[in-house]
Amino acid sequence: METTSSSLPLADKPKPNYLTASYGIKSWLLTLDHKRIGILYIITLTTFFMMGGVYAALIRLELLTPAGDLLSSEAYNRTFTGHGVLMVFFVLVPLIPATMGNFLLPLMIGARDVAFPRLNLLSWYLLVIGGLTAASALLTGGVDTGWTFYAPLSSRYANGAVLVAIVGAFIAGFSSILTGLNFVITIHKMRAPGLTWFRLPLMVWAIYATSLIQVLATPVVAITLTLLALERLFGVGIFDPALGGDPILFEHMFWFYSHPVVYIMILPAFGVMSEVISCFSKKAIFGYRIIAYSSLAIAALGFIVWGHHMFVSGQSAYLGLVFSLLTMLIAVPTAIKIFGWLATMWGGSVELATPMLYAMGFIGLFTIGGLTGLFLAAMGLDVHVHDTYFIVAHFHYVMVGSAIMGYMSALHFWWPKMFGRMYPKTLAKVAAVLVFVGFNLTFFPQFVVGYLGMPRRYHFYPPEFQIYNVFSTAGAMVLGIAYLLPLLYFPYSLFKGEKVGANPWGAKGLEWETASPPPTENFEFTPVVTEEAYAYAKEGEPVVH
Amino acid sequence: MSTDHHSLVAHQFDDAEQQQEAATLGMWAFLITEILFFGGLILAYTIFRNKYPGAFQAGSHELNVALGGANTAILIFSSFTMAMAVHYAQLGKQKLVFWFMVGTLAFGSAFLGVKVYEYNDKIVHHHVPGPNFEYHGEFANEVNPRNVELFFFLYFAMTGVHAVHMIVGAGVLIWLMFKVRAGAFSQAYYAPVEMFGLYWHFVDIVWIFLYPLLYLIGRHT
Ligand SMILES: [Cu+2]
Repeated sequence: METTSSSLPLADKPKPNYLTASYGIKSWLLTLDHKRIGILYIITLTTFFMMGGVYAALIRLELLTPAGDLLSSEAYNRTFTGHGVLMVFFVLVPLIPATMGNFLLPLMIGARDVAFPRLNLLSWYLLVIGGLTAASALLTGGVDTGWTFYAPLSSRYANGAVLVAIVGAFIAGFSSILTGLNFVITIHKMRAPGLTWFRLPLMVWAIYATSLIQVLATPVVAITLTLLALERLFGVGIFDPALGGDPILFEHMFWFYSHPVVYIMILPAFGVMSEVISCFSKKAIFGYRIIAYSSLAIAALGFIVWGHHMFVSGQSAYLGLVFSLLTMLIAVPTAIKIFGWLATMWGGSVELATPMLYAMGFIGLFTIGGLTGLFLAAMGLDVHVHDTYFIVAHFHYVMVGSAIMGYMSALHFWWPKMFGRMYPKTLAKVAAVLVFVGFNLTFFPQFVVGYLGMPRRYHFYPPEFQIYNVFSTAGAMVLGIAYLLPLLYFPYSLFKGEKVGANPWGAKGLEWETASPPPTENFEFTPVVTEEAYAYAKEGEPVVH
Repeated sequence: MSTDHHSLVAHQFDDAEQQQEAATLGMWAFLITEILFFGGLILAYTIFRNKYPGAFQAGSHELNVALGGANTAILIFSSFTMAMAVHYAQLGKQKLVFWFMVGTLAFGSAFLGVKVYEYNDKIVHHHVPGPNFEYHGEFANEVNPRNVELFFFLYFAMTGVHAVHMIVGAGVLIWLMFKVRAGAFSQAYYAPVEMFGLYWHFVDIVWIFLYPLLYLIGRHT
């Protein structure tokens, strides 16, 4: 790429950016540019999200009436499994790191790209191949094990394309491992001069903690799924008790990954919150260091609490007690973050832009999701609500209410950076409010009906539970419309959106110092960092004499 | 910022040193994921050996200690030749790098050859888990053949995953040998050779753990 020696912007002749540097399908499918790979992920994950959404719609329609009238029991099992497998492994796990992380991480640390661009592209291909494999399993026969693949149900009794689905999840796992590995090395080795660890944006800290989990936890689920596949193939019981195996071993190995995986989903959303809330309060984040450390604390603690999924599995009650206490401990670093954000907003000049609306929605939903998590960490209550809709509501508040709200906030915040154009702001605000309303209408009644005893994973239920399910289905429709709106106005904004400059929000951070959209090499000159992150107060400060 | 990047430095890096550090850290991080991957297998092994100690001893007695021992020695030799290849890569002596890689490949292939022979032996004796599994060994009256089968399941899973790592390693090694012949490396740039050396030693170390766990149970009695 040719660079001019003049630093003056050439207004009449726009320089090529990463979108206009080259054209054609091939230039995208073989790209090594982290920004383009981020866009590829956005398209891929949106596709999987819509597929998973179709399953969700089927579930909600079936549950509108107490009778099992729309789907047979078999078909219903396959529907909720399809929903879970797609949404967990192919949407939520890669959601923020692979899309926003890919696009933003090198920009935020002032680098030209991630450390291993080829590996980065390979990760995307692995996710696509894994996703197509799993989707083919769901379409040809389906899987009826639930997304948890519990053995020996999955290894011996379940029929359908369990093996193919496992292979798909396995491949996607390697996509996740390689992304995490790439990001860890990038953060360690590629930071711009002057960008010390404690000057990093908190989003980078969050991605770092997330990547550590991806690198350390995912190999364990990979080997677990391998053993499960071998057991199913050869009929040897490593998990099947009838053959001398141990089903609890599967649950331990599975949850050793699948609890930390919640933090793979939620930690990057925490990172987004720190960026968005400080920007739209025009204040430095409150308690930078403690928020940074709390990300690491959550990542570390997340590895030693998995047993809270197994209180009724036959694991020792004393072990359950330990897991219960450790789980409650995680509430501490999590609450620190929430209070940090609230304190940041306190006294700031809060601007209710779309990303901020999502961020405030996040705080509300995550508080409910997190507090009900504390209820569930208490063994006695957990036994009561185990396998009920209370659980379903809780993890949707965390995984959808929080992770997807965080993602939407990020998408609306950095969209003008990615494409140099602004989306229709009023419409976006309407969608944000609709998401919040629709989400609560869908999932809050599920806390109630779950507490009253409605079990999950059945397609019929006693008639007295119908009213709650009608609310839920109505809410799901609102939520569906709210998610469809961005699918319309984002593509629209690519062509008709108002053009914006490098920093439309007046935000801090290196990514806002380069053009929108950024050039392929990210920065014309390697940036040198001389100030702390979130130095908002300095500029807005009234001069006092 | 200088624009005359050395051609061997990828565009995202500032200099060769940064590139080398990133590659090394990346390789170590990858090996950590490998440890966790094998860790899942070793966890399963620990639990079931604890649960069925007799059956695991019985299964272990069906393995050929001499062949396993020979393979251990072969792998240690291959690690030695690989270490020498890295050593001469640092000194820029490409001929010696190439010939020590040939040695590494030869030892690696010998290991895999022995493994094929052993697997074949297990197939002949119906020791492959599945519907055809049989156990009529010296402890047949004392242990449940189902549990011996579990031992063999873990034997095949652990040595199989290890062998896959060997095969992948051999493939990468052949590719590197072509690169050495093409003069791709110099005293200033030999990171791929060094990174491959780390990988190869790691695979070797995994076997050092597998050998006693699988072959040597109960030998002391
Ligand atoms: Cu959990």
